[in-house]
Amino acid sequence: MVEKKTGIFGIQSNRRQILKGLAALPVMAGLPRLAQAASATSAVNTTGLAVTDDTVTVGILHSITGTMAISETGSVEAEKLAIAQINASGGVLGRQIKVVQEDGASDWPTFAEKARKLLENDKCAAVFGCWTSASRKAVLPVFEQYNGMLYYPTFYEGLEQSRNVIYTGQEATQQILAGLDWVSREKKAKTYYLLGSDYIWPRTANKIARKHIEGHLKDSKVIGEEYFPLGHTQFNSVINKIKLHKPDVIYAIIVGGSNVAFYKQLKAAGIDLSKQTLMTISVTEDEILGIGGENIAGAYACMKYFQSLDNPANKEFVAAFKKMWGENSVIGDVTQAAYLGPWLWKLTVEKAGSFDINKVIDASPGVEFKNAPEGYVRIHPNHHLWSRTLVGQARTDGQFNVIYQTPDLMEPNPFPVGYQ
Amino acid sequence: MKSLLRDRKTALFVLVLVAILAVILPLVLEPFRLNLVGKYLTYAFVALGLVLCWGDAGILSLGQGIFFGLGGYCMAMFLKLQASTPEATKIQSTPGIPDFMDWNQITTLPWFWQPFHSLAFSIVAVAAVPMLLALIIGLSMFKRRVGGTYFAIITQAIASILTILIIGQQGYTGGVNGITDLRTLNGWDIRTDHAKLILYFVTIALLLVCLGGAHFIRCSKLGRILVAMREREDRVRFSGYDVASFKTFVFCFAAAMAGIGGAMFTLQVGFMSPSFVGIVPSIEMVIYCAVGGRTSLLGVIYGTLLVNWARTSFSETMPQVWMFAMGALFVFIVVVLPGGLASLYRTYLDPYISRLLGSSSKAPVHAGREADHANG
Repeated sequence: MVEKKTGIFGIQSNRRQILKGLAALPVMAGLPRLAQAASATSAVNTTGLAVTDDTVTVGILHSITGTMAISETGSVEAEKLAIAQINASGGVLGRQIKVVQEDGASDWPTFAEKARKLLENDKCAAVFGCWTSASRKAVLPVFEQYNGMLYYPTFYEGLEQSRNVIYTGQEATQQILAGLDWVSREKKAKTYYLLGSDYIWPRTANKIARKHIEGHLKDSKVIGEEYFPLGHTQFNSVINKIKLHKPDVIYAIIVGGSNVAFYKQLKAAGIDLSKQTLMTISVTEDEILGIGGENIAGAYACMKYFQSLDNPANKEFVAAFKKMWGENSVIGDVTQAAYLGPWLWKLTVEKAGSFDINKVIDASPGVEFKNAPEGYVRIHPNHHLWSRTLVGQARTDGQFNVIYQTPDLMEPNPFPVGYQ
Repeated sequence: MKSLLRDRKTALFVLVLVAILAVILPLVLEPFRLNLVGKYLTYAFVALGLVLCWGDAGILSLGQGIFFGLGGYCMAMFLKLQASTPEATKIQSTPGIPDFMDWNQITTLPWFWQPFHSLAFSIVAVAAVPMLLALIIGLSMFKRRVGGTYFAIITQAIASILTILIIGQQGYTGGVNGITDLRTLNGWDIRTDHAKLILYFVTIALLLVCLGGAHFIRCSKLGRILVAMREREDRVRFSGYDVASFKTFVFCFAAAMAGIGGAMFTLQVGFMSPSFVGIVPSIEMVIYCAVGGRTSLLGVIYGTLLVNWARTSFSETMPQVWMFAMGALFVFIVVVLPGGLASLYRTYLDPYISRLLGSSSKAPVHAGREADHANG
């Protein structure tokens, strides 16, 4: 991620690579297009979107400057990769995808301004973007007002469902419940200590975790719950409390730069994560780049995707990603979820036979992406994805060993009854 | 206001501004762009206040975002309560309160939210709450003769404290997400293009009122005392003036204007978040002022428009490197035009226009204020 951050020009040269890659594939791109015999633009676009006889315009709206750039760059890269692959395989309804990229600049009003620009000015048929909940909340009214389509990649707190958004990350219950069941079953855990950064996602997630621990897991209880301001770096007092109370499980939802301090101090305080069970839902491969594999090895993370996932679709995805963005690229849960966005949109448009937003929305429930890197996913009528939940154990090299996978797809439930 | 009309040149420039904002821009820009201009203009309220505060009285406040934010939050609280009817929020565990409170397990509306059910109270609060805070800051600083750099640092600290407070108390303030999803003002949908157009003209009208107020202050004796305080604070004090009270007054006036700007911002953008309260936006607002020329009321309006337009167009045309382009713009202006856009006007345009209008160059103008006066 460090390399990605420094690479303002690196990204540009990478973009050139995409172009080169595309130039090398005209034959491949041409064949399916002829075969598909693109349907008339007037038929597939009745609402004035930016669709021509051979192109369709979509938007990418992430922060590529500011504090969130380090997190969001992976999503931009994944979306561009997916779009390049879709174009190489013939595009969508015979049309090549053109991208208008805007910078949200880690600033929520800028996100709203740019979202409006993408919808009203550029008439984008779909927008792939946003990362933080705050940016999504800022653009949501814009997408609803101008009837746009947003594919949002991040795992998040739930409590939201919009007809204009497809949430390709997991909502909180999907990410939390199976992991807690697993740790209770496999580690015989009875006592839990909940930690989090102080904002809506960790608070909501810990609320769900507490209800599940106290209501659904046998004889289990929460023995501590604490929150820290974003950017907090002094965890010694809570680490002392942890040493005192000796919880079976530390459940940590600490985000951003605080992670680095937390795991280093945990290690320095002599808490060995190979003996002390720690479960997190906020650390992906991306974060470990900052934390350092040696500081977090042994911890369990609960996600729907790990880069090390062993299936043919994922191997192909990882190889393509590294080819496009460099051998040292790391792919976290959100990056993979961002990759799903353009593909799900393509599949939905082709199911609907139209780019019209309303038809795409109507066609969305039930759309299946069988070869997703994470495995099979399907869009639920509530616009979230059916997906499996995985438990991975961090290795010193910054990757995870996948040690558990739910046998069934978890149903997304953004408004969980009994967990409010 | 009489002096405003008496001075032919000033009248001409105000007319030009009105013509650009109220006639030309609405005709040539599509609704989305016009809404953006409306958004930019809300920052001009802050810039006008800074002309009095910083340009005239020499009080550099690096915390105007505080007042902009407070005004915006007052309006946002009213709009949020309007959007949180029991019917609209029946999915929550406690219907009838704003959604973010429900997420934070708050079950009753806090006492300080209650008055914001009233539109009249909210409109008063938009200017009064920032003024009240400015009064407290002003009294506690200026009476103790804290000024210059120290005052600037303290305003920064307050901006930072307020941001942390808003983010930390998310159950009451919406936290880092801010107060979002605002829909109607007394039943009037503020999200439609038509409403945005009306709000744009309301913004212009309010901006002109504030411009008139600021101009009136500058032309009055009070305005001269402000300049005198900037130049020789001790002499003003020895002449028997209560410097602290004058400073507090102008600081409160600037705060009230910033609050009005914040409220119009909330109405046009549809949400308010702590990202307008902190240090960075506060400094940006000072930059608008510096680019426009900190002693020119009309100059800072153009400065605000220019900087924000550059921000939008740079970030649209070169999303990867637009921040460098903005930085280059600021460096260029500071190096080449230390007096901002207004100095450009004063050097090249003003002599020509004076000759054209004939009389006004001969009009008696207070020494030292000549340039300021001429441009508004």
